[in-house]
Amino acid sequence: MNLAGAGTLFRKEILRFWKVAVQTVAAPVLTAVLYLLIFGHVLEGRVEVYPGVGYTSFLIPGLVMMSVLQNAFANSSSSLIQSKVTGNLVFLLVTPLSHWAWFAAYVGASVVRGLVVGAGVFLVTVWFAPLRLAEPAWIVVFATLGAGMMGSLGLIAGLWAEKFDQTAAFQNFVVMPMTFLSGVFYSVHSLPAVWQLVSHLNPFFYMVDGFRRGFFGVSDVSPWLSLAIVGASFAIVAALTLRLLAVGYKLRT
Amino acid sequence: MPAVRFDNVSKVYSGARGALRALDGVSFDIEAGEFFGLLGPNGAGKTTLISVLAGLTRASGGSVTVMGHDVVADYAAARKALGVVPQELVFDPFFNVRETLRIQSGYFGVRHNDDWIDELLHHLGLADKAGTNMRQLSGGMKRRVLVAQALVHRPPVIVLDEPTAGVDVELRQTLWQFIARLNREGHTVLLTTHYLEEAEALCGRIAMLKLGRVVALDRTANLLAATASTMLRFKTDAPLPAALAAVARVTGRSVQLQARDAAEVERLLHELRAAGVKVEDLEIGRADLEDVFLQIMQGAPA
Repeated sequence: MNLAGAGTLFRKEILRFWKVAVQTVAAPVLTAVLYLLIFGHVLEGRVEVYPGVGYTSFLIPGLVMMSVLQNAFANSSSSLIQSKVTGNLVFLLVTPLSHWAWFAAYVGASVVRGLVVGAGVFLVTVWFAPLRLAEPAWIVVFATLGAGMMGSLGLIAGLWAEKFDQTAAFQNFVVMPMTFLSGVFYSVHSLPAVWQLVSHLNPFFYMVDGFRRGFFGVSDVSPWLSLAIVGASFAIVAALTLRLLAVGYKLRT
Repeated sequence: MPAVRFDNVSKVYSGARGALRALDGVSFDIEAGEFFGLLGPNGAGKTTLISVLAGLTRASGGSVTVMGHDVVADYAAARKALGVVPQELVFDPFFNVRETLRIQSGYFGVRHNDDWIDELLHHLGLADKAGTNMRQLSGGMKRRVLVAQALVHRPPVIVLDEPTAGVDVELRQTLWQFIARLNREGHTVLLTTHYLEEAEALCGRIAMLKLGRVVALDRTANLLAATASTMLRFKTDAPLPAALAAVARVTGRSVQLQARDAAEVERLLHELRAAGVKVEDLEIGRADLEDVFLQIMQGAPA
Protein backbone atom coordinates (compact mmCIF):
# COMPACT_ATOMS: atom_id res chain seq x y z
CA MET A 1 0.00 0.00 0.00
CA ASN A 2 1.09 3.55 -0.77
CA LEU A 3 1.56 4.53 2.90
CA ALA A 4 3.09 7.91 2.10
CA GLY A 5 0.07 8.68 -0.09
CA ALA A 6 -2.46 7.66 2.55
CA GLY A 7 -0.48 9.63 5.14
CA THR A 8 -0.58 12.73 2.94
CA LEU A 9 -4.35 12.51 2.52
CA PHE A 10 -4.73 11.99 6.29
CA ARG A 11 -2.61 15.08 7.05
CA LYS A 12 -4.44 17.11 4.40
CA GLU A 13 -7.79 16.19 5.94
CA ILE A 14 -6.56 17.28 9.37
CA LEU A 15 -5.15 20.56 7.99
CA ARG A 16 -8.46 21.18 6.27
CA PHE A 17 -10.44 21.32 9.51
CA TRP A 18 -7.63 22.79 11.59
CA LYS A 19 -7.30 25.81 9.28
CA VAL A 20 -10.92 26.68 10.08
CA ALA A 21 -10.82 25.52 13.71
CA VAL A 22 -13.12 28.32 14.89
CA GLN A 23 -15.88 26.78 12.86
CA THR A 24 -14.94 23.10 13.20
CA VAL A 25 -13.73 22.93 16.82
CA ALA A 26 -14.66 26.07 18.79
CA ALA A 27 -18.26 26.27 17.52
CA PRO A 28 -19.25 22.71 18.53
CA VAL A 29 -17.58 23.21 21.94
CA LEU A 30 -19.70 26.33 22.49
CA THR A 31 -22.86 24.45 21.45
CA ALA A 32 -22.14 21.70 23.99
CA VAL A 33 -21.55 24.27 26.75
CA LEU A 34 -24.90 25.89 25.97
CA TYR A 35 -26.64 22.51 26.27
CA LEU A 36 -24.91 21.97 29.59
CA LEU A 37 -25.89 25.38 30.96
CA ILE A 38 -29.53 25.12 29.92
CA PHE A 39 -30.28 21.46 30.69
CA GLY A 40 -28.07 21.50 33.77
CA HIS A 41 -29.83 24.60 35.08
CA VAL A 42 -33.30 23.21 34.48
CA LEU A 43 -32.75 19.63 35.64
CA GLU A 44 -29.99 19.74 38.28
CA GLY A 45 -31.45 18.47 41.58
CA ARG A 46 -34.62 17.11 39.93
CA VAL A 47 -33.14 14.06 38.26
CA GLU A 48 -30.74 11.55 39.75
CA VAL A 49 -29.87 8.85 37.26
CA TYR A 50 -27.28 6.88 39.19
CA PRO A 51 -27.04 6.98 42.99
CA GLY A 52 -24.75 9.80 44.09
CA VAL A 53 -24.32 11.21 40.55
CA GLY A 54 -25.84 14.66 39.98
CA TYR A 55 -27.60 15.44 36.69
CA THR A 56 -24.88 17.81 35.43
CA SER A 57 -22.20 15.20 36.14
CA PHE A 58 -24.31 12.64 34.28
CA LEU A 59 -24.82 15.00 31.36
CA ILE A 60 -21.17 15.93 30.75
CA PRO A 61 -19.96 12.56 29.34
CA GLY A 62 -23.09 12.39 27.16
CA LEU A 63 -22.37 15.81 25.69
CA VAL A 64 -18.72 14.91 25.12
CA MET A 65 -19.68 11.73 23.27
CA MET A 66 -22.41 13.48 21.28
CA SER A 67 -19.83 16.04 20.13
CA VAL A 68 -17.34 13.31 19.24
CA LEU A 69 -19.92 11.48 17.12
CA GLN A 70 -21.43 14.48 15.35
CA ASN A 71 -18.08 16.03 14.51
CA ALA A 72 -16.55 12.80 13.25
CA PHE A 73 -19.53 12.50 10.92
CA ALA A 74 -19.33 16.15 9.88
CA ASN A 75 -15.64 15.92 9.03
CA SER A 76 -15.69 13.23 6.37
CA SER A 77 -19.12 14.08 4.98
CA SER A 78 -18.45 17.81 4.57
CA SER A 79 -14.94 17.31 3.21
CA LEU A 80 -16.12 14.91 0.54
CA ILE A 81 -19.18 16.90 -0.53
CA GLN A 82 -17.09 20.09 -0.69
CA SER A 83 -14.55 18.40 -2.94
CA LYS A 84 -17.32 17.00 -5.10
CA VAL A 85 -19.21 20.27 -5.46
CA THR A 86 -16.10 22.39 -6.10
CA GLY A 87 -14.69 19.70 -8.41
CA ASN A 88 -11.29 19.41 -6.76
CA LEU A 89 -11.93 15.74 -5.97
CA VAL A 90 -10.41 15.12 -9.41
CA PHE A 91 -6.95 15.69 -7.87
CA LEU A 92 -7.55 12.67 -5.67
CA LEU A 93 -9.27 10.56 -8.33
CA VAL A 94 -6.22 10.69 -10.65
CA THR A 95 -3.86 9.43 -7.94
CA PRO A 96 -2.85 5.81 -7.36
CA LEU A 97 -4.45 5.84 -3.87
CA SER A 98 -6.44 2.64 -3.19
CA HIS A 99 -9.85 2.44 -1.54
CA TRP A 100 -8.07 1.32 1.64
CA ALA A 101 -5.99 4.51 1.59
CA TRP A 102 -9.10 6.67 1.08
CA PHE A 103 -10.86 4.90 3.92
CA ALA A 104 -7.94 5.04 6.37
CA ALA A 105 -7.22 8.71 5.68
CA TYR A 106 -10.80 10.05 5.73
CA VAL A 107 -11.91 7.96 8.71
CA GLY A 108 -8.64 8.55 10.57
CA ALA A 109 -8.97 12.33 10.20
CA SER A 110 -12.62 12.11 11.29
CA VAL A 111 -11.57 10.28 14.44
CA VAL A 112 -8.99 13.00 15.15
CA ARG A 113 -11.58 15.75 14.63
CA GLY A 114 -14.09 13.92 16.86
CA LEU A 115 -11.53 13.38 19.63
CA VAL A 116 -10.23 16.96 19.43
CA VAL A 117 -13.75 18.40 19.75
CA GLY A 118 -14.62 15.87 22.47
CA ALA A 119 -11.51 16.82 24.44
CA GLY A 120 -12.41 20.48 24.00
CA VAL A 121 -15.94 19.92 25.32
CA PHE A 122 -14.55 17.92 28.23
CA LEU A 123 -11.98 20.58 29.18
CA VAL A 124 -14.59 23.34 29.16
CA THR A 125 -17.41 21.45 30.92
CA VAL A 126 -15.43 19.49 33.52
CA TRP A 127 -15.42 22.54 35.84
CA PHE A 128 -19.22 22.59 36.15
CA ALA A 129 -19.68 19.38 38.18
CA PRO A 130 -17.63 16.70 39.95
CA LEU A 131 -16.53 13.89 37.61
CA ARG A 132 -14.63 10.67 38.23
CA LEU A 133 -12.65 8.60 35.76
CA ALA A 134 -13.60 5.18 37.10
CA GLU A 135 -12.61 3.00 34.13
CA PRO A 136 -10.80 5.32 31.67
CA ALA A 137 -9.98 2.60 29.12
CA TRP A 138 -13.68 2.47 28.14
CA ILE A 139 -13.62 6.21 27.47
CA VAL A 140 -10.82 5.83 24.93
CA VAL A 141 -12.24 2.66 23.36
CA PHE A 142 -15.80 3.94 22.85
CA ALA A 143 -14.76 7.42 21.76
CA THR A 144 -12.38 6.03 19.13
CA LEU A 145 -14.68 3.28 17.88
CA GLY A 146 -17.71 5.58 17.84
CA ALA A 147 -15.81 8.29 15.98
CA GLY A 148 -14.54 5.69 13.52
CA MET A 149 -18.04 4.46 12.80
CA MET A 150 -19.34 8.01 12.36
CA GLY A 151 -16.40 8.99 10.13
CA SER A 152 -17.21 5.96 8.00
CA LEU A 153 -20.92 6.82 7.93
CA GLY A 154 -19.92 10.38 6.95
CA LEU A 155 -17.96 8.96 4.00
CA ILE A 156 -21.06 7.08 2.85
CA ALA A 157 -23.16 10.25 3.16
CA GLY A 158 -20.51 12.25 1.27
CA LEU A 159 -20.33 9.66 -1.51
CA TRP A 160 -24.10 9.46 -1.83
CA ALA A 161 -24.86 13.20 -1.69
CA GLU A 162 -24.63 15.42 -4.74
CA LYS A 163 -25.44 18.69 -2.96
CA PHE A 164 -24.70 20.27 0.42
CA ASP A 165 -28.33 20.07 1.51
CA GLN A 166 -28.27 16.30 1.10
CA THR A 167 -25.44 15.85 3.62
CA ALA A 168 -27.23 18.35 5.85
CA ALA A 169 -30.40 16.26 5.56
CA PHE A 170 -28.45 13.12 6.46
CA GLN A 171 -27.08 14.95 9.50
CA ASN A 172 -30.46 16.40 10.57
CA PHE A 173 -32.71 13.42 9.88
CA VAL A 174 -30.42 10.50 10.76
CA VAL A 175 -27.45 11.53 12.89
CA MET A 176 -29.16 14.12 15.12
CA PRO A 177 -32.22 11.98 16.06
CA MET A 178 -30.09 8.92 16.70
CA THR A 179 -27.67 10.83 18.95
CA PHE A 180 -30.45 12.69 20.79
CA LEU A 181 -32.39 9.47 21.37
CA SER A 182 -29.32 7.54 22.53
CA GLY A 183 -29.46 8.57 26.19
CA VAL A 184 -27.22 11.64 26.01
CA PHE A 185 -29.66 13.66 28.15
CA TYR A 186 -31.27 10.90 30.19
CA SER A 187 -30.96 7.28 31.24
CA VAL A 188 -33.14 5.00 29.12
CA HIS A 189 -34.22 3.33 32.37
CA SER A 190 -36.43 6.34 33.00
CA LEU A 191 -38.32 5.76 29.74
CA PRO A 192 -41.58 3.79 29.22
CA ALA A 193 -40.93 0.14 28.29
CA VAL A 194 -41.66 0.64 24.57
CA TRP A 195 -39.14 3.45 24.24
CA GLN A 196 -36.59 1.49 26.23
CA LEU A 197 -36.92 -1.25 23.64
CA VAL A 198 -36.56 1.22 20.78
CA SER A 199 -33.49 2.76 22.43
CA HIS A 200 -31.88 -0.66 22.69
CA LEU A 201 -32.15 -1.03 18.91
CA ASN A 202 -30.10 2.16 18.43
CA PRO A 203 -26.36 1.44 18.24
CA PHE A 204 -25.67 5.02 19.38
CA PHE A 205 -27.17 4.08 22.76
CA TYR A 206 -24.38 1.53 23.33
CA MET A 207 -21.70 4.05 22.33
CA VAL A 208 -22.93 6.59 24.87
CA ASP A 209 -23.63 4.01 27.57
CA GLY A 210 -20.22 2.37 27.20
CA PHE A 211 -18.50 5.77 27.11
CA ARG A 212 -20.28 6.90 30.29
CA ARG A 213 -19.26 3.65 32.00
CA GLY A 214 -15.67 4.90 31.84
CA PHE A 215 -16.56 7.84 34.05
CA PHE A 216 -18.97 6.39 36.63
CA GLY A 217 -18.18 2.68 36.63
CA VAL A 218 -21.90 1.97 36.20
CA SER A 219 -23.93 1.66 33.01
CA ASP A 220 -27.37 0.62 31.77
CA VAL A 221 -25.97 -2.48 30.05
CA SER A 222 -22.67 -4.36 30.30
CA PRO A 223 -19.81 -2.48 28.57
CA TRP A 224 -18.79 -5.75 26.91
CA LEU A 225 -22.20 -6.06 25.29
CA SER A 226 -21.87 -2.42 24.18
CA LEU A 227 -18.39 -3.12 22.82
CA ALA A 228 -19.67 -6.11 20.83
CA ILE A 229 -22.57 -4.13 19.35
CA VAL A 230 -20.54 -1.00 18.58
CA GLY A 231 -17.71 -3.12 17.16
CA ALA A 232 -20.10 -5.05 14.93
CA SER A 233 -21.80 -1.81 13.78
CA PHE A 234 -18.42 -0.31 12.90
CA ALA A 235 -17.43 -3.45 10.99
CA ILE A 236 -20.67 -3.40 8.96
CA VAL A 237 -20.47 0.31 8.13
CA ALA A 238 -16.73 0.05 7.32
CA ALA A 239 -17.30 -2.93 5.03
CA LEU A 240 -20.02 -1.05 3.16
CA THR A 241 -17.86 2.08 2.88
CA LEU A 242 -14.89 0.10 1.54
CA ARG A 243 -17.13 -1.61 -0.99
CA LEU A 244 -18.55 1.70 -2.23
CA LEU A 245 -15.05 3.17 -2.52
CA ALA A 246 -13.74 0.10 -4.34
CA VAL A 247 -16.46 0.21 -6.99
CA GLY A 248 -16.16 4.00 -7.24
CA TYR A 249 -19.80 4.58 -6.26
CA LYS A 250 -20.72 8.06 -7.62
CA LEU A 251 -16.99 8.75 -7.96
CA ARG A 252 -16.01 7.01 -11.18
CA THR A 253 -19.05 7.07 -13.47
CA MET B 1 5.24 -0.75 -26.27
CA PRO B 2 3.04 2.27 -26.99
CA ALA B 3 2.77 4.98 -24.30
CA VAL B 4 -1.01 4.84 -24.55
CA ARG B 5 -3.16 2.17 -26.21
CA PHE B 6 -6.89 2.54 -26.75
CA ASP B 7 -8.30 -0.83 -27.76
CA ASN B 8 -11.92 -0.88 -28.98
CA VAL B 9 -13.02 1.49 -26.22
CA SER B 10 -16.75 2.10 -25.92
CA LYS B 11 -18.78 4.05 -23.41
CA VAL B 12 -22.54 4.07 -23.13
CA TYR B 13 -24.28 6.42 -20.72
CA SER B 14 -27.73 5.18 -19.83
CA GLY B 15 -30.03 8.00 -18.83
CA ALA B 16 -33.70 8.76 -18.47
CA ARG B 17 -33.96 9.54 -22.18
CA GLY B 18 -32.33 6.31 -23.33
CA ALA B 19 -28.74 5.28 -23.90
CA LEU B 20 -26.10 7.67 -25.21
CA ARG B 21 -23.15 6.12 -26.98
CA ALA B 22 -20.32 8.54 -26.15
CA LEU B 23 -17.52 6.30 -27.46
CA ASP B 24 -17.98 3.67 -30.12
CA GLY B 25 -15.07 1.29 -30.66
CA VAL B 26 -12.17 3.75 -30.41
CA SER B 27 -8.79 2.16 -31.14
CA PHE B 28 -5.41 3.83 -31.63
CA ASP B 29 -1.93 3.91 -30.13
CA ILE B 30 0.19 6.84 -29.03
CA GLU B 31 3.87 6.03 -29.24
CA ALA B 32 6.31 7.07 -26.53
CA GLY B 33 7.67 10.57 -27.18
CA GLU B 34 4.85 11.65 -29.49
CA PHE B 35 3.06 15.00 -29.32
CA PHE B 36 -0.42 13.78 -30.18
CA GLY B 37 -3.54 15.84 -30.85
CA LEU B 38 -7.11 14.70 -30.20
CA LEU B 39 -9.60 16.88 -32.06
CA GLY B 40 -13.31 16.88 -32.56
CA PRO B 41 -16.38 19.08 -32.14
CA ASN B 42 -18.14 19.40 -28.79
CA GLY B 43 -19.79 16.11 -27.87
CA ALA B 44 -17.42 14.06 -30.03
CA GLY B 45 -16.20 12.10 -26.99
CA LYS B 46 -12.76 13.69 -26.41
CA THR B 47 -13.25 14.35 -22.70
CA THR B 48 -14.93 10.97 -22.19
CA LEU B 49 -11.94 9.25 -23.79
CA ILE B 50 -9.52 11.18 -21.57
CA SER B 51 -11.66 10.42 -18.51
CA VAL B 52 -11.47 6.70 -19.28
CA LEU B 53 -7.70 7.04 -19.68
CA ALA B 54 -7.38 8.84 -16.33
CA GLY B 55 -9.68 6.42 -14.48
CA LEU B 56 -12.34 9.08 -13.87
CA THR B 57 -14.82 7.13 -15.97
CA ARG B 58 -15.12 3.39 -16.54
CA ALA B 59 -15.35 2.19 -20.12
CA SER B 60 -18.35 0.04 -21.06
CA GLY B 61 -16.12 -2.09 -23.27
CA GLY B 62 -12.56 -2.39 -24.53
CA SER B 63 -9.37 -1.54 -22.65
CA VAL B 64 -6.87 1.25 -22.19
CA THR B 65 -3.24 0.91 -21.13
CA VAL B 66 -0.67 3.53 -20.10
CA MET B 67 2.95 2.42 -20.49
CA GLY B 68 1.61 -1.13 -20.67
CA HIS B 69 -0.47 -0.88 -17.49
CA ASP B 70 -4.21 -1.46 -17.73
CA VAL B 71 -6.08 1.56 -16.33
CA VAL B 72 -8.51 -0.67 -14.38
CA ALA B 73 -6.65 -3.87 -13.42
CA ASP B 74 -3.34 -2.12 -12.77
CA TYR B 75 -4.65 1.35 -11.99
CA ALA B 76 -1.96 2.41 -9.53
CA ALA B 77 0.88 1.91 -12.02
CA ALA B 78 -1.17 3.43 -14.87
CA ARG B 79 -2.01 6.56 -12.87
CA LYS B 80 1.59 7.00 -11.72
CA ALA B 81 2.59 7.12 -15.38
CA LEU B 82 -0.03 9.74 -16.18
CA GLY B 83 -0.29 13.48 -15.49
CA VAL B 84 -3.70 14.94 -16.25
CA VAL B 85 -4.49 18.64 -16.60
CA PRO B 86 -8.27 18.78 -16.20
CA GLN B 87 -10.42 21.06 -18.33
CA GLU B 88 -12.30 22.70 -15.44
CA LEU B 89 -10.53 25.40 -13.44
CA VAL B 90 -10.74 23.61 -10.08
CA PHE B 91 -8.73 24.19 -6.90
CA ASP B 92 -8.76 23.50 -3.16
CA PRO B 93 -9.44 26.83 -1.42
CA PHE B 94 -7.84 25.71 1.87
CA PHE B 95 -4.26 25.75 0.60
CA ASN B 96 -1.61 27.95 -1.02
CA VAL B 97 0.26 27.05 -4.20
CA ARG B 98 3.21 25.31 -2.56
CA GLU B 99 0.97 23.36 -0.15
CA THR B 100 -1.21 22.29 -3.08
CA LEU B 101 1.82 20.95 -4.96
CA ARG B 102 3.32 19.24 -1.89
CA ILE B 103 0.01 17.50 -1.18
CA GLN B 104 -0.31 16.35 -4.78
CA SER B 105 3.27 14.96 -4.64
CA GLY B 106 2.42 13.13 -1.43
CA TYR B 107 -0.59 11.41 -2.98
CA PHE B 108 1.79 9.83 -5.49
CA GLY B 109 4.12 8.74 -2.70
CA VAL B 110 6.74 11.35 -3.69
CA ARG B 111 8.34 13.00 -0.66
CA HIS B 112 10.87 15.83 -0.38
CA ASN B 113 9.91 17.10 -3.80
CA ASP B 114 10.66 20.81 -3.28
CA ASP B 115 13.47 20.99 -5.85
CA TRP B 116 11.18 19.82 -8.63
CA ILE B 117 8.31 21.94 -7.30
CA ASP B 118 10.57 25.01 -7.42
CA GLU B 119 11.56 24.17 -10.98
CA LEU B 120 7.90 23.81 -12.00
CA LEU B 121 7.02 27.11 -10.31
CA HIS B 122 9.91 28.81 -12.12
CA HIS B 123 9.09 27.47 -15.58
CA LEU B 124 5.39 28.23 -15.24
CA GLY B 125 5.99 31.78 -13.99
CA LEU B 126 4.60 31.01 -10.53
CA ALA B 127 7.75 31.52 -8.45
CA ASP B 128 6.42 34.64 -6.70
CA LYS B 129 3.03 33.00 -6.03
CA ALA B 130 4.24 30.00 -4.00
CA GLY B 131 2.83 31.37 -0.74
CA THR B 132 -0.41 32.73 -2.22
CA ASN B 133 -3.70 31.05 -1.38
CA MET B 134 -5.36 29.45 -4.41
CA ARG B 135 -8.44 31.65 -3.95
CA GLN B 136 -6.39 34.79 -4.56
CA LEU B 137 -4.99 33.67 -7.93
CA SER B 138 -6.35 34.88 -11.27
CA GLY B 139 -7.84 32.35 -13.68
CA GLY B 140 -4.63 32.18 -15.71
CA MET B 141 -2.53 31.60 -12.61
CA LYS B 142 -4.90 28.85 -11.42
CA ARG B 143 -4.50 27.21 -14.82
CA ARG B 144 -0.71 27.23 -14.39
CA VAL B 145 -1.06 25.56 -10.99
CA LEU B 146 -3.22 22.86 -12.62
CA VAL B 147 -0.38 22.17 -15.05
CA ALA B 148 2.17 22.06 -12.22
CA GLN B 149 -0.08 19.67 -10.24
CA ALA B 150 -0.24 17.30 -13.20
CA LEU B 151 3.55 17.25 -13.52
CA VAL B 152 4.50 17.08 -9.87
CA HIS B 153 5.22 13.32 -9.93
CA ARG B 154 7.18 13.54 -13.23
CA PRO B 155 4.81 11.37 -15.28
CA PRO B 156 6.09 10.03 -18.61
CA VAL B 157 2.68 10.70 -20.22
CA ILE B 158 1.06 14.14 -19.99
CA VAL B 159 -2.60 14.72 -20.87
CA LEU B 160 -3.82 18.26 -21.47
CA ASP B 161 -7.59 18.66 -21.89
CA GLU B 162 -8.27 22.06 -23.46
CA PRO B 163 -5.42 23.67 -21.50
CA THR B 164 -5.59 27.06 -23.22
CA ALA B 165 -9.35 27.62 -23.15
CA GLY B 166 -9.86 31.20 -21.95
CA VAL B 167 -6.15 31.77 -21.36
CA ASP B 168 -4.23 34.90 -22.35
CA VAL B 169 -1.60 34.95 -25.08
CA GLU B 170 1.34 35.26 -22.69
CA LEU B 171 0.41 32.12 -20.76
CA ARG B 172 -0.21 30.19 -23.96
CA GLN B 173 3.36 31.00 -25.04
CA THR B 174 4.87 30.10 -21.63
CA LEU B 175 2.84 26.93 -21.44
CA TRP B 176 3.65 25.68 -24.94
CA GLN B 177 7.36 26.40 -24.58
CA PHE B 178 7.41 24.38 -21.37
CA ILE B 179 5.33 21.50 -22.72
CA ALA B 180 7.39 21.41 -25.93
CA ARG B 181 10.54 21.20 -23.79
CA LEU B 182 9.11 18.30 -21.79
CA ASN B 183 8.21 16.61 -25.06
CA ARG B 184 11.77 17.07 -26.38
CA GLU B 185 13.03 15.53 -23.14
CA GLY B 186 11.01 12.40 -23.90
CA HIS B 187 7.58 12.96 -22.35
CA THR B 188 4.60 11.81 -24.38
CA VAL B 189 1.95 14.52 -24.74
CA LEU B 190 -1.74 14.05 -25.52
CA LEU B 191 -3.53 17.31 -26.23
CA THR B 192 -7.13 18.18 -26.89
CA THR B 193 -7.80 21.71 -28.02
CA HIS B 194 -10.28 23.88 -29.85
CA TYR B 195 -7.47 26.01 -31.23
CA LEU B 196 -6.62 24.20 -34.42
CA GLU B 197 -3.62 26.38 -35.16
CA GLU B 198 -2.14 25.12 -31.88
CA ALA B 199 -2.69 21.52 -32.89
CA GLU B 200 -1.22 22.20 -36.34
CA ALA B 201 1.86 23.84 -34.87
CA LEU B 202 2.51 21.35 -32.06
CA CYS B 203 1.12 17.91 -32.84
CA GLY B 204 3.05 15.43 -34.94
CA ARG B 205 0.01 13.19 -35.26
CA ILE B 206 -3.69 13.81 -34.92
CA ALA B 207 -6.81 11.76 -34.33
CA MET B 208 -10.20 13.30 -35.07
CA LEU B 209 -13.29 12.09 -33.26
CA LYS B 210 -16.87 12.48 -34.36
CA LEU B 211 -19.82 11.06 -32.43
CA GLY B 212 -17.55 8.74 -30.50
CA ARG B 213 -15.70 7.31 -33.51
CA VAL B 214 -12.25 7.97 -34.94
CA VAL B 215 -12.85 9.54 -38.37
CA ALA B 216 -9.25 10.51 -39.14
CA LEU B 217 -5.89 9.38 -37.79
CA ASP B 218 -2.66 10.41 -39.45
CA ARG B 219 0.44 12.54 -39.29
CA THR B 220 -0.52 16.22 -39.27
CA ALA B 221 1.48 16.80 -42.47
CA ASN B 222 -0.34 13.97 -44.26
CA LEU B 223 -3.74 15.26 -43.19
CA LEU B 224 -2.86 18.68 -44.59
CA ALA B 225 -1.49 17.24 -47.82
CA ALA B 226 -4.32 14.79 -48.43
CA THR B 227 -7.03 17.38 -48.44
CA ALA B 228 -7.83 19.91 -51.15
CA SER B 229 -4.81 22.07 -50.84
CA THR B 230 -5.86 25.50 -52.06
CA MET B 231 -8.12 28.04 -50.40
CA LEU B 232 -9.58 31.13 -52.00
CA ARG B 233 -10.21 33.84 -49.41
CA PHE B 234 -11.86 37.21 -50.03
CA LYS B 235 -14.27 39.75 -48.59
CA THR B 236 -17.54 40.84 -50.11
CA ASP B 237 -20.84 42.56 -49.29
CA ALA B 238 -22.82 40.87 -52.05
CA PRO B 239 -24.71 37.58 -51.66
CA LEU B 240 -22.98 34.57 -53.22
CA PRO B 241 -24.60 32.57 -56.02
CA ALA B 242 -26.50 29.60 -54.53
CA ALA B 243 -24.08 26.94 -55.81
CA LEU B 244 -21.13 28.64 -54.13
CA ALA B 245 -22.99 29.64 -50.96
CA ALA B 246 -23.63 25.94 -50.31
CA VAL B 247 -19.90 25.11 -50.13
CA ALA B 248 -18.42 28.39 -48.83
CA ARG B 249 -17.31 29.12 -45.28
CA VAL B 250 -18.66 32.58 -44.46
CA THR B 251 -17.64 34.60 -41.39
CA GLY B 252 -19.20 38.06 -41.56
CA ARG B 253 -17.80 39.62 -44.75
CA SER B 254 -15.08 36.97 -45.12
CA VAL B 255 -15.61 34.11 -47.50
CA GLN B 256 -13.46 30.99 -47.98
CA LEU B 257 -13.82 28.64 -50.90
CA GLN B 258 -11.94 25.43 -51.47
CA ALA B 259 -10.23 24.58 -54.73
CA ARG B 260 -8.34 21.47 -55.86
CA ASP B 261 -6.09 23.29 -58.34
CA ALA B 262 -5.46 26.48 -60.29
CA ALA B 263 -8.10 25.63 -62.90
CA GLU B 264 -10.73 25.40 -60.22
CA VAL B 265 -9.64 28.76 -58.76
CA GLU B 266 -10.07 30.17 -62.25
CA ARG B 267 -13.57 28.67 -62.53
CA LEU B 268 -14.63 29.99 -59.10
CA LEU B 269 -13.50 33.50 -59.94
CA HIS B 270 -15.37 33.32 -63.21
CA GLU B 271 -18.58 32.28 -61.45
CA LEU B 272 -18.22 35.14 -58.99
CA ARG B 273 -17.69 37.66 -61.77
CA ALA B 274 -20.64 36.25 -63.72
CA ALA B 275 -22.86 36.65 -60.65
CA GLY B 276 -21.69 40.24 -60.25
CA VAL B 277 -20.07 39.66 -56.84
CA LYS B 278 -17.54 42.40 -56.10
CA VAL B 279 -14.49 40.76 -54.48
CA GLU B 280 -12.07 42.59 -52.15
CA ASP B 281 -8.79 41.57 -50.48
CA LEU B 282 -8.47 38.40 -52.55
CA GLU B 283 -5.95 35.81 -51.30
CA ILE B 284 -5.07 32.37 -52.55
CA GLY B 285 -3.41 30.16 -49.94
CA ARG B 286 -2.76 26.70 -48.65
CA ALA B 287 -5.45 24.95 -46.65
CA ASP B 288 -4.85 24.87 -42.90
CA LEU B 289 -5.92 22.34 -40.30
CA GLU B 290 -9.21 24.10 -39.77
CA ASP B 291 -10.12 23.51 -43.43
CA VAL B 292 -9.07 19.88 -43.13
CA PHE B 293 -11.06 19.53 -39.91
CA LEU B 294 -14.24 20.96 -41.40
CA GLN B 295 -13.91 18.90 -44.54
CA ILE B 296 -13.47 15.67 -42.55
CA MET B 297 -16.28 16.50 -40.15
CA GLN B 298 -18.67 17.27 -42.99
CA GLY B 299 -17.64 14.19 -44.93
CA ALA B 300 -17.62 11.72 -42.05
CA PRO B 301 -20.68 9.53 -41.70
CA ALA B 302 -22.96 10.70 -38.91
